[in-house]
Amino acid sequence: MPTYSFLSLLREGFTGHKGWTPAWRFPDPKPAYDAVIIGGGGHGLATAYYLAKLHGMRNIAVIEKGWIGGGNAGRNTTIIRSNYLEDASAAIYEHALKLWEGLGRELNYNIMMSHRGVMNLAHDEGEARVLKRRTEANRLNGIDTEWLDAKQVKEFCPPINISAGSRFPVLGATLQRRGGVNRHDAVVWGYARAADVMGVDIIQNCEVTGIKVEAGVVTGISTSRGDIRTPKVASVAAGHTSIIANMVGVRLPIQSHPLQAWVSEPVKPLIPCVVMSNAVHAYVSQSDKGELVMGAGIDPHNSYTQRGGLDTIEHSLAALIELFPMFSRLRLLRQWGGIVDTCPDASPIITKTKVKGFYINAGWGTGGWKATPGSGHAFADLVARDEPNAIAAPFSVERFSSGALVAEHGAAAVAH
Amino acid sequence: MQRFRLHQGGLIDRSRPVHFTFDGRSYEGYTGDTLASALLANGVHMIARSFKYHRPRGILGAGSEDPAGLVQVGANANETDPNMRATEVEIFDGLETFSQNCWPSLSFDIGAVNDLVWRWLPAGFYYKTFMGPPANWMFFEPLIRRAAGLGKAPEGKDPDRYESQNRHCDVLVAGGGPSGLMAALTAARSGARVILSEETPLLGGRLNALDPSETSINGKTPREWVAACEAELAKLPNVTVLTRTCAFGYYADNFVALAQIEQDHLAPAARDAARPRQRLWRIRAKEVVLATGATERPLVFHGNDRPGIMLASAAETYLHRYGVKAGNRAVVFTNNNGAWGSAFALAKAGVQIVAIVDARPAPEEALMRQAASLGIPVHPHATIVDTRGQFRVKTAVVRRLDGHRGVSGEATVINCDLIAVSGGWSPNAALFSQSRGKLRFDAGLPGFRPGPSWQAERSAGAANGAMKLADCLAEGAAAGADAATKSGFAGTNPAAYTLQQPDAPSYNGIATWQLPSGRSASSTRAFVDLQNDVQAKDLKLAVQEGYASVEHAKRYTTTGMGTDQGKTVGINAFGILADELGKSMQEVGVTTYRQPFKPITFGALAGQHGGALYAPRRTTPMHDWHESHGAVFEPVGEWLRAQVYTRPGETFASALQREARTARTSVGVLDASTLGKIDIRGKDAREFLNRVYSNAWLKLAPGRCRYGLMLKEDGMVFDDGVTACLAEDHFHMTTTTGGAARVLNWLEEYLQTEWTDLEVYLTSVTEQWAVAAIGGPKAAEVVAAVADKFNPNPGNFPFMSFREATAGGIPARIFRISFTGELSYEINVPASYGLALWERVMAAGDKYKITAYGTEAMHLLRAEKGFIIVGQDTDGTVAPDDLRMPGMAKTSADFIGRRSLTRADTVRKDRKQLVGLLTEDPSVVLMEGAHIIATAVEPVERPAPALGHVTSSYKSPNLNRSIALALVKGGGELIGKTVYVSRKGADPIHATVVETDFMKQVGSHS
Repeated sequence: MPTYSFLSLLREGFTGHKGWTPAWRFPDPKPAYDAVIIGGGGHGLATAYYLAKLHGMRNIAVIEKGWIGGGNAGRNTTIIRSNYLEDASAAIYEHALKLWEGLGRELNYNIMMSHRGVMNLAHDEGEARVLKRRTEANRLNGIDTEWLDAKQVKEFCPPINISAGSRFPVLGATLQRRGGVNRHDAVVWGYARAADVMGVDIIQNCEVTGIKVEAGVVTGISTSRGDIRTPKVASVAAGHTSIIANMVGVRLPIQSHPLQAWVSEPVKPLIPCVVMSNAVHAYVSQSDKGELVMGAGIDPHNSYTQRGGLDTIEHSLAALIELFPMFSRLRLLRQWGGIVDTCPDASPIITKTKVKGFYINAGWGTGGWKATPGSGHAFADLVARDEPNAIAAPFSVERFSSGALVAEHGAAAVAH
Repeated sequence: MQRFRLHQGGLIDRSRPVHFTFDGRSYEGYTGDTLASALLANGVHMIARSFKYHRPRGILGAGSEDPAGLVQVGANANETDPNMRATEVEIFDGLETFSQNCWPSLSFDIGAVNDLVWRWLPAGFYYKTFMGPPANWMFFEPLIRRAAGLGKAPEGKDPDRYESQNRHCDVLVAGGGPSGLMAALTAARSGARVILSEETPLLGGRLNALDPSETSINGKTPREWVAACEAELAKLPNVTVLTRTCAFGYYADNFVALAQIEQDHLAPAARDAARPRQRLWRIRAKEVVLATGATERPLVFHGNDRPGIMLASAAETYLHRYGVKAGNRAVVFTNNNGAWGSAFALAKAGVQIVAIVDARPAPEEALMRQAASLGIPVHPHATIVDTRGQFRVKTAVVRRLDGHRGVSGEATVINCDLIAVSGGWSPNAALFSQSRGKLRFDAGLPGFRPGPSWQAERSAGAANGAMKLADCLAEGAAAGADAATKSGFAGTNPAAYTLQQPDAPSYNGIATWQLPSGRSASSTRAFVDLQNDVQAKDLKLAVQEGYASVEHAKRYTTTGMGTDQGKTVGINAFGILADELGKSMQEVGVTTYRQPFKPITFGALAGQHGGALYAPRRTTPMHDWHESHGAVFEPVGEWLRAQVYTRPGETFASALQREARTARTSVGVLDASTLGKIDIRGKDAREFLNRVYSNAWLKLAPGRCRYGLMLKEDGMVFDDGVTACLAEDHFHMTTTTGGAARVLNWLEEYLQTEWTDLEVYLTSVTEQWAVAAIGGPKAAEVVAAVADKFNPNPGNFPFMSFREATAGGIPARIFRISFTGELSYEINVPASYGLALWERVMAAGDKYKITAYGTEAMHLLRAEKGFIIVGQDTDGTVAPDDLRMPGMAKTSADFIGRRSLTRADTVRKDRKQLVGLLTEDPSVVLMEGAHIIATAVEPVERPAPALGHVTSSYKSPNLNRSIALALVKGGGELIGKTVYVSRKGADPIHATVVETDFMKQVGSHS
């Protein structure tokens, strides 16, 4: 496989780009694998990549119902940050952020990791208190969160409206400078290409229809392209986790909701960073192409369809225009929805189950993208060793019985 | 001088000339022109640059499908609109427009250097480089961001306003062309409530682009017939016709969103300040007719992107609708019969047709004869292999097609200033697709057309693949009748019509997704997406590299992801992919059509719900008094509450200290009207309370009150408040200010879904009662003076009691409850008497130097007493026992959250518990949110373990020192011990862990 570099691009330019080979193969499923990952999104492909790279498991497959990256991996707003309140959350998201920092070169695929800074705004005293607490928690966890007052917020992001008379006056904000955005498709494609090279079979257009269990132990799966024997099945099927888990009788405290995002028409650079506001359930950044990428809170109803209502967008836009008055005349170019699996404590599930050989990575709610490398890394470890490592352990499904929740819901209503 | 304006014809008002500018140069057009038609009338074709290679771009279409003719409209920095389609901008006197995405000028654009190195900038090139070392993405990104983007955003607040409104209707007809008009007429005559939306300023659609002398409907010219339809619809009270209104989004349950332009097309002086700029219509329709027409597609050939290359139908539209010749010497290039008609129409108007190039091997004899009679040279089974002309097409090079993928024979070089192209027509199925309908490929079109309906809708006319006017009229009428019938107007018959038209050959298109150039694949530059500069070879490269799914190819190449939504792109791209993959069109499929159909102004989506109306501020009946007495307000939930009342000469801090001191030494009054209040009635009200509160409620007697904690299912504190028993079956609940709506929803959810057997009725009465909370040593004296014939003395009116009384004749409910630890009363009166009560309290308290105090003093006073604020001292992880408040979790009965209180983690001894903190130095006020660590020296390594955090912290005037509340691991066991409060850049602060009631332990009133 050709290495991607400035030089190879230069060379191919002279010869009409005939030398580029497929980024991944289109294999038929083999009769048996050492492990099968259900879900070819970011987390699933990352899991496969780290299983192959760090645990030597190369006879494995990623089974994808549609096309890789077609679920939440291709539908999120690509925000990266690690400034979470709880120690367990801080550990996994910071682990992910450290992996993000070198990922493009590691995968030899430019994921356009842009550490442009993420601001979380405080609009009232209560929010300021919560964010200052988080800043302190982050400081002790070694995470680079700083508190900005309103004037510093304006300096960092000049278009923002900080006038005191605003419906949502800006009292201040936290800023994580290492936070930012990246290119979601590139991450999916980069992981897929790197995993494929190591022998991982990425099988697209293949739907899992059943999981075979004998005496409490996984023995294989049934798919729309035939049966596959395997001792390990790892579900990373965000949006449909409950459906997959139900195939083996595992019940999860997950509720699935639509989550919407949208972009404006492209304009010249306007917003230099990521701005998030809990109070108004909205967040915005600007893509390299120039589109303002915006998102809302979840649609309140439960659903497995990747679509939501216009009202959610109307509501978020009204708030965003208050924050950024110049947005008013820009135009909505595209809107879409994904399905997010939310847990009661707004933290994910990375777990073994009562069925031996069946593992679940799910429940990332609205904030899964930023965790992609950390999630895949920790989950690969669990799948390979059948034991959670220190990063994954707090996210066991057992916590909902013991009560040892990783409570991020109080701290961040919008946890993107 | 409008050199390309015909002397007659067109639906423009020649009596009203209009002057406008483009890039500073002044031009003349007529009222009714778009910017595109007016510029074309002046011979201006090149108006833009493309996104990636900055290639010259002209006008391809005549409506919202135009891909790349984008301009910046308006010079005012706060009012300028980027990325406006010249084909949609209506001109008015004084309109200023500018080219965008070019520097320093449109004709000399430095960005065009990208086009010199195009070989090194194929699809997805940026995924393969810029990774470093030496320079990484953070180095390149700013450069790329500056080069990207299209127009410029406005700088400040939008001076215009917007509205949105809801409508229900029986039949919504999207599209006001021939099919839509027939559907609307048919449905309207049945009496159904009909809404007809038309994207452009004029009803009529394609009828406006027909030669008025050749077609007649009901014996009228097309335009007369449209006018008659319009007049009939206008007379019917059950019909709303909305022009300049785009049906842009089809959502669940036949909810369709329309965006209407109300004033953009008017000169500023003619705009009505009372009306919005644009309006969002939120329509819930029983039945929908999609009559959204079809879009002609361009042909993909080498050199197909120059200004002056235009859709044949657009050239016809400019001719008949605007009276503009798009050129003087035209080549018509087609793969179907339709564009021959365009050629003859252009010829009739005086455009010299220098060639008709038809990719089909054998165009129909009749057409060949007609061309010959007009002296038009025809090149059958041929293609354009190249074009020239820097800013406008000057020549076309034609060669014969040889088989499927090749060319042969001599090249014919034809001088021209216009190439009218037609690759056939694609039904506009975006709304259908948004409704969740699946498209199917129709090889006869060829193209994708709507399959079976998913929602209550049907497509009609060109949107459904009908390519003849007669079929469009008939389908429209039938669709209107079907929709009316299904929406409850049974027996509706299709409206009748008679059509006279010259015999036009059927359209007979073929699939030619890309035409050969005779060049090597790598040096062929045939554009599929004119805005994003996607070439056919980019799509092939995507397939070569494994991005074979149509969605992967779209994303890898950015095909169809521009502001035109790929309206002229889609099927050509899918066809090229299908050819490359060796699959059928149906197998390849289409990419998802997302809302909106075309870009919609954010302001219109926000409607009138922006600014102060986003979440209207709630104020109490006493608000005016607060305002006139120096109140500083803070937002609390949706409310504005007085935070502190500054008197002349006072600072915020000194006013706070005064208020808090007076409230303990004499008497203070707080406006507590914002507390959530829920009226609870029903025979099971008591049982209900016992289930939703963690403490016991069965024995609360009428006339008594109790403090209660509500938990979530996980056992964690969710809300608190005092609830009074008014009668056996009647309670008055209070909640936190911010939690009022949340709690009511929560209670209703349980009543409606879990405990349907309970007879309980909840009514929010938050805004029905105004509340003055009077507290302090002189509180009883004040209440005695305020209330009529009422003895508030503790001996007569015990703590946690409730009485009905009057105050100056005002009916009142008086509660003896306290959030400060002082002797306190809360007087509730109907909200309209709130101000009267307040003034009566202030008058009665005057001799005790009564002070009104705000939320800040309230917070401080309650903290002095160790009372919690849910949401500040709790965060959703605090169980009742963690608050170290005894008796808050009953054992006598079940309640929400009970099960969770015995979980392994909830009974841990080292849970975080609420304690008090006293700093070693009493003048040091801890930061709220500061973290507590176990060591006097902060560890260097990260993560450093924390014991907890400070939840509330104040400087107390009554205790003459700082106080703080904190959640600390195993805090109850640490009473009397020292902990350390970490801070950035300095040594930790030493503090002693104490009980939370500071008043009790630190000292009496000073």
